[in-house]
Amino acid sequence: MAGHTRGSGRPNQWLRNLNAKLASIPMILTAVVIFLGGTVWTVVYSFTNSKLLPRLSFVGLDQYERLWAAPRWLISVQNLVIYGFFSLIFSLVIGFLLAALMDQKIRFENTFRTIMLYPFALSFIVTGLVWQWLLNPEYGIQSVVRSLGWTSFAFDPLYNSNIVIYGILIAALWQGTGLVMCLMLAGLRGIDEDIWKAARVDGIPMWKTYLLVIIPMMRGVFITTLVIIASGIVKVYDLVVAQTSGGPGIASEVPAKYVYDYMFQAQNLGQGFAASTMMLVTVAIIIVPWAYLEFGGGRKRA
Amino acid sequence: MPEIVAFNAIAAGIEPEAEKDPVALSGPWGRKPRRALSPRNIIIYGTLIVVALYYLLPLYVMVMTSLKGMPEIRLGNIFAPPLEITFEPWAKAWSSACTGLNCDGLSRGFWNSVRITVPSTIVSIAIASVNGYALANWRFKGADLFFTILIVGAFIPYQVMIYPIVIVLRELGVYGSLTGLIIVHTIFGMPILTLLFRNYFAGLPEELFKAARVDGAGFWTIYFRIMLPMSMPIFVVAMILQVTGIWNDFLFGVVFTRPEYYPMTVQLNNIVNSVQGVKEYNVNMAATILTGAVPLIVYFVSGRLFVRGIAAGAVKG
Amino acid sequence: MENVSVSVKDLSLSFGAVTVLDTLNLDIKDGEFLVLLGSSGCGKSTLLNCIAGLLDVSEGQIFIKNKNVTWEEPKDRGIGMVFQSYALYPQMSVEKNLSFGLKVAKVEKAEIDKRVSRAAEILQIQPLLKRKPAELSGGQRQRVAIGRALVRDVDVFLFDEPLSNLDAKLRSELRVEIKRLHQSLKNTMIYVTHDQIEALTLADRIAVMKSGVIQQLADPMTIYNAPENLFVAGFIGSPSMNFFRGELQLRDERAFVHANGVDFDVSAYPSRGPFRDGQKVVLGVRPEHVRVDEALSRQLSHQAVVDIEEPMGADNLLWLKLAGQSMSVRIAGQRRYKPGTAVTLSFDMAVASIFDAVSENRL
Repeated sequence: MAGHTRGSGRPNQWLRNLNAKLASIPMILTAVVIFLGGTVWTVVYSFTNSKLLPRLSFVGLDQYERLWAAPRWLISVQNLVIYGFFSLIFSLVIGFLLAALMDQKIRFENTFRTIMLYPFALSFIVTGLVWQWLLNPEYGIQSVVRSLGWTSFAFDPLYNSNIVIYGILIAALWQGTGLVMCLMLAGLRGIDEDIWKAARVDGIPMWKTYLLVIIPMMRGVFITTLVIIASGIVKVYDLVVAQTSGGPGIASEVPAKYVYDYMFQAQNLGQGFAASTMMLVTVAIIIVPWAYLEFGGGRKRA
Repeated sequence: MPEIVAFNAIAAGIEPEAEKDPVALSGPWGRKPRRALSPRNIIIYGTLIVVALYYLLPLYVMVMTSLKGMPEIRLGNIFAPPLEITFEPWAKAWSSACTGLNCDGLSRGFWNSVRITVPSTIVSIAIASVNGYALANWRFKGADLFFTILIVGAFIPYQVMIYPIVIVLRELGVYGSLTGLIIVHTIFGMPILTLLFRNYFAGLPEELFKAARVDGAGFWTIYFRIMLPMSMPIFVVAMILQVTGIWNDFLFGVVFTRPEYYPMTVQLNNIVNSVQGVKEYNVNMAATILTGAVPLIVYFVSGRLFVRGIAAGAVKG
Repeated sequence: MENVSVSVKDLSLSFGAVTVLDTLNLDIKDGEFLVLLGSSGCGKSTLLNCIAGLLDVSEGQIFIKNKNVTWEEPKDRGIGMVFQSYALYPQMSVEKNLSFGLKVAKVEKAEIDKRVSRAAEILQIQPLLKRKPAELSGGQRQRVAIGRALVRDVDVFLFDEPLSNLDAKLRSELRVEIKRLHQSLKNTMIYVTHDQIEALTLADRIAVMKSGVIQQLADPMTIYNAPENLFVAGFIGSPSMNFFRGELQLRDERAFVHANGVDFDVSAYPSRGPFRDGQKVVLGVRPEHVRVDEALSRQLSHQAVVDIEEPMGADNLLWLKLAGQSMSVRIAGQRRYKPGTAVTLSFDMAVASIFDAVSENRL
């Protein structure tokens, strides 16, 4: 036999699998240049005093100090916390309850699901404008209830600085709960039918089965849903723009809007970069523990 | 399931036709009675119907308002059906509503959105599907690293990356143009689409890929002749995802295009929230419905696939 | 080296720190039917994929027809392959499935038609040519999959557990057909399976694999009757060989294995070398090499009690307790025993196996 004379020359390592590498160029560019490079770039420039144009003159933590001293930023953060907290709780609770209802082998399931999910197909702008109209104190829900005889009825969240963020929350829940319901329903459907049979044979009441058996089994679905809702919360922007433009005054400002306004309207890039870096930090605080739980900790998932 | 019934009867040691003993005859026998209006059903369906009405209410109000004239809106109640149906608000919203000095209606935004959505959808799906296929079947060293960065990147708030992209697009000379916006949609659609296609292709039997290689097919032949024809459902899911996602986008439209290229959502917002002039709520609602119509049609036509699409695309936020 | 069809030289494959194949050598003769047998994860499919060129090797070489194909593309190796899941292209008709590879290779239309109709004739799938794979039964699909290898007109056929997805009856039918195919085509065939019946019935030679290493490479009868080590002995045969751990004792020019307080006379055992007194060994006896209540001449008899009886029709399998250890014996189907019956056993040591307890190799 030919011994150690190798029949065909080993192809160049770089040229092997060349097509796959060519096909991945857009991904590599996006990942490295835009996602990684862009993020690093923004973080770096958040330490500069860039105004109209990005400039590399470092000013330490100045932008952050200014940011955390700005009333508008503080209100934005406060709004995000309130909005985030309630939208997480309500989405999960309402979404799960609806999914549990839908899972009772009901008729017209498809119709109900179609109705609950259609708002998710709409743009945040559309949702925001519809709810702006429904919550219009002169013509909307408030005026309708008043015309029924309850003349002191007050429901004008979009015109009341104290509760404006809840007005936005209502619209967000209208749009988003259908999706949570769908995810939860998929989770419920993924549970082995035999679990239900076993619980029935054992005589465990349905609500107890949900609470003690089903929900713990759906841990993964809950966590995934949580991450999906949470990363959506941080990005909330269009809805506020459409519904209130941040008003009344600055009462419904949110961080994403702060970033946009400082970058593209106030021409104060440094502030925009610092604020967006803070958003990044927030997301990291949500994502890193989840990623660790899901993919790290020695537990490999295919 | 007659076989199972028969089997159970045999397993219990009795013939289906065996005579019934007196004890069995006196107790409950046969089908358990079921009432359609049991308290449980009333609670379940009652709740579901109330919930459904809540979800439908805004759509109903939108349509009703858009069919009324302004005097009727000022007098009446937003839930009441129009006394006199008028399509004038629709016509105005489409062809003569004003944004700033421009008074040619939403139609311009509509056609802009079409010109943005169609190429963005095609380009992003073409790139992501080939890339997902490469990741699933033609792994190379380092591929997983780039893919991980891509997926982690999907969680980074867009605001963090917007300005660097502005710079890149400006350097490429496409900032403000439709091309620039198409590139942006391709970039931000890439994580979820690549994941979608990678997982789908990885879920296809690996032996099929091996068989094709033994048959001598290469990267592109396998993609076009074997994978593509088998993957139509996932392409439809990706299309639904992209069409609705890109059509509904607001932020990228406002950041990366000049006003003459503004997509429909941006123009809608400018029409409704413009401070000049008298508020014409009926026109606003007609415009809102028009903007929501495309994704709604996609939604109602595609049904189940849409659910699959958003379940996959929900990561996009 | 004439007559060698496929040759594997010092082949190693590792994924990171995990070694799947370890310096493996294997020569397969022209026209030979070689079966790679082992449980899942033993590396048998990995080895087949390396030969096919579907996996890149870490070390070593592969020759097919004396040509070094270590870095060749699968299509250039002169192989055809049949997969467990059939791997038929679902959107193509049977005919297109068969001709796809030839079209890719830009073979002339007339030649394609000729080869497809020949393969269809051999496999008797002419009526199915226009159908889609989804419209075929499992057995028909596997025929088409074999046909796809057939039209390639190659010297070496690779089978990756081709019958594992079929039900028992179909499996035995197709097994016979594959054997018939091999007898008429006389191609080299390499066949991966975890099913020992397939291995024993089909193979010219069997390579029993474990942890990426070939444990024994021999013809089926040798594998069954003279397993090279404890693993092969335990792996082949169902129910598995009875093992008695004990000590060799040489007395009065006779040899005994002393296990669980019982002496087994192994003087009749054809050992390869001289026995060593006091050596720790494992005695292995197949269930059908034990006689129940009929003494073999000059063999020591043993008392045992019937524990469970498993009548299988042609055979009757007895599970017995012998000196506290459970063992199985195969007897004729019509002979029945009630649990609790005391029986006398005698062992046919001429066909038994004895392994060193430490090295686990055959003595």
